[in-house]
Amino acid sequence: MLENLIVFILASIIGSEVISKVPATLHTPLMSGSNAISGITIVGAMVVAGMVGDAWAMWIGFAAIIFATINVVGGFMVTDRMLQMFKKKD
Amino acid sequence: MKQNLIDIAYLVSGIMFIYGLKRLQSPATARKGNQLAAVGMLVAIVATLFLQELLTPVQMLLGIVIGSAIGAMFAKRVEMTGMPELVAAFNGFGGIASALVAGAEIARFMAHNAADTGGNELTAVSAITVALSILIGMITFTGSFVAFGKLSERISGNPISFLGMRFLTILLVLVSIGSMVWMAMEAGAFPAVSDPVMYGAIAIAVAGALLGILLVIPIGGADMPVVVALLNSYSGLAAAATGFVLNNTALIVSGALVGASGLILTNIMCVAMNRSLFNVLVGGFGGDSGSGESGGGASTAGLTVNSTTPDDVAILLSYANKVIFVPGYGMAVAQAQHAVRELAEELAKKDVIVKFAVHPVAGRMPGHMNVLLAEANVPYDQLFEMDEINGEFETTDVAVVIGANDVVNPAARHDKSSPIYGMPILNVDHASTSIVLKRSMRPGYAGIDNELFYNSNNQMLFGDAKESISAITNEVKQL
Repeated sequence: MLENLIVFILASIIGSEVISKVPATLHTPLMSGSNAISGITIVGAMVVAGMVGDAWAMWIGFAAIIFATINVVGGFMVTDRMLQMFKKKD
Repeated sequence: MKQNLIDIAYLVSGIMFIYGLKRLQSPATARKGNQLAAVGMLVAIVATLFLQELLTPVQMLLGIVIGSAIGAMFAKRVEMTGMPELVAAFNGFGGIASALVAGAEIARFMAHNAADTGGNELTAVSAITVALSILIGMITFTGSFVAFGKLSERISGNPISFLGMRFLTILLVLVSIGSMVWMAMEAGAFPAVSDPVMYGAIAIAVAGALLGILLVIPIGGADMPVVVALLNSYSGLAAAATGFVLNNTALIVSGALVGASGLILTNIMCVAMNRSLFNVLVGGFGGDSGSGESGGGASTAGLTVNSTTPDDVAILLSYANKVIFVPGYGMAVAQAQHAVRELAEELAKKDVIVKFAVHPVAGRMPGHMNVLLAEANVPYDQLFEMDEINGEFETTDVAVVIGANDVVNPAARHDKSSPIYGMPILNVDHASTSIVLKRSMRPGYAGIDNELFYNSNNQMLFGDAKESISAITNEVKQL
């Protein structure tokens, strides 16, 4: 528990340092991209759904996998779509 | 051994997320950064799929395929103007996924409990993390979908409140805390009675769902960027809470990164409106209908506005040295961004210096205007943030305001009775001439009258922004 807390706090500090330097121009892609990263829940869904033979856990986890994948795939794709539009003057 | 490999894979994906986000610090490297983060996600998923001993890998893959298809469809179909509601919806999916994982963890515990294997003890501490994961996940889920409804105008953007709403909110918070304590106490006494844990979890899920709705309905349309950023942060916290439940470092690290990102954006939005987060969340500020109710301030009754024509504006712009465009959400609504880019190019041909000034809260989410202008092929080195460009209006011949309103209202600087007093604004009134493109004299999102319109050096160009800009461009071409 304490270890988890330490990891959480350190990651939050790194996140703040990295993200506070993102320019306002990229705030929308930052939101959709970081949103896709929060879809990491998919890993948790696979672990919890796939490790016990319980039908309930399996189906609830199955639903979680679908939702989290929408978040991951949709999030990264739409961010990529946006970022490819940002061009310098030629 | 396998577990070590999984942990190393999670470490690698965590590093890729951090460096991916770091590359978002410049538009030149941003796309690569996003791709790096996507690969990081792939590493985590593949490692889990192949190294973790999953009993039902086929179902897992099926779920991934279904989710990918739905996500890809959304990502391909969305219009850039609809980006805020799409991000809100994705936040919601992330929230419900976290809540469901915590729910599955309870189901797993109960299955063990029924079989009396005792192999999967639920401690008091993990019961609390499960409860938190469900609570934050459900708040994110329903809150995001109310925000989605408001942003896509499926439900009214006006703030909604009713008698006893605050009482109900407090009651629901107490129910959540009570259920959490109950779950912790019952779970601690192993072999636990599983029913209290389940009923407690259901109570928290319901309370969280209602809290999410109550969080967003009192917030007016003008404050939506703050809420979307805040819900983004919650979706990260929900993932981190799930990580605590499962003792999974990948979830904790990624959730913390996203939580921090959302909080920073929320803070930037609040500063840009000169309001505290509490003040935003209490809500009731600004609707989407602009009902015409003047929110105090100097009376503008009896003052007149100068109205102009596209031809006159074309002459003014063609002979200017420097022109600054100030886009707002009205530009997006009129889909005028392509027409604006064309006008900017025509002016550049006549050696006019053209710049774009973007206010932090212009649009419906942070950075929304920049995406719309990028889509219209406006190079990003022509886009300037408020602090960079505000000093330049003094030396600007013409400032053209397209569908922005409150962010250029000089009342914010001096009128203490104005609801937007103290909000940093773009100093459009410092330009030699300002031109405001607007449909009518209706007030903006905050529902207040704009002093700028009555300035002697301001001219109004009434009509649809896209048509007006096209008319100006045609005239500029002929000059």
